[in-house]
Amino acid sequence: MKLDCKHVWEHISEYIDGSVDAKLRKDIELHLEHCEICSAILDSTRNILILTADDRTFELPVGYSKRLHERLREEIEKSKHEPPVGETK
Amino acid sequence: MRQADSANEAGLIARILAGEKELFHDLIRPYERMVYLTLISIVKNETEAEDGAQEAVISAYRHLASFRGEAKFSTWLTSIAINEGRKRLRKTKGAAEESIEEQEEEHEGDFTPAPLTDWSEIPLEALERKELREALRVAVTELPDIYRQVFVLRDLQEQNIEETAQALGINPGAVKVRLHRARMMLQKRLVRFLKTTAPARRGFFGGAL
Repeated sequence: MKLDCKHVWEHISEYIDGSVDAKLRKDIELHLEHCEICSAILDSTRNILILTADDRTFELPVGYSKRLHERLREEIEKSKHEPPVGETK
Repeated sequence: MRQADSANEAGLIARILAGEKELFHDLIRPYERMVYLTLISIVKNETEAEDGAQEAVISAYRHLASFRGEAKFSTWLTSIAINEGRKRLRKTKGAAEESIEEQEEEHEGDFTPAPLTDWSEIPLEALERKELREALRVAVTELPDIYRQVFVLRDLQEQNIEETAQALGINPGAVKVRLHRARMMLQKRLVRFLKTTAPARRGFFGGAL
């Protein structure tokens, strides 16, 4: 089946995730071969995902880990005088 | 996300429950980034997100015995983080505010991508630029709540469709729809940004991901 661009866009997210069936995948790939617009959309979306998964894009506040473990240390210390973990409310 | 080896993790959990409480530090370490990002995707405020992340981790510590291993530890922990975030959101927004759980997909709206032909010529250096990261951060923050939360779990924390559905208490079909829309909204927002800064050169990400 020959797909139009709009049809490709509707499935672009699933296509990236590899969750379209073999037939649709083939149709999409055929379309991409000769459609620059859809190829650009696919590339741009993939690039956004690469950038999103990059640790430098979404950074943690400075000192977050240190403060978290400090708080946890206090909590663990406190709980040593209590019944085993999980039985406290 | 860096997943801890699950056999090793089950062993850690057993030892913590048997009394080696300090090992909880090691158990949580691979997930502390994930907990923070989950919180910030809900409360959208750094201080509130950090406080919430601490609360979520403490809560996971206190209730570790109720983790039965049916879900993955990461999914269980994500659910705790989501609940903590929602609790905080309700507190700040007040009881009158419609809860997140009740929000539905909009049926109207334009979720088509922005067509342009020169994106594939964006060089790798452009993706390395700080301004682009900043633009992406802002765009993600400004996504509607239901789309942002799915996007963060799925594409930032790299959880799969099932795990994302389980953590948010929605069905996998809704995850797919929201994810698709979130990605298309971001594509549309960032294309505009990149279009003005793209030098003409062949691309890097043509094929593989």
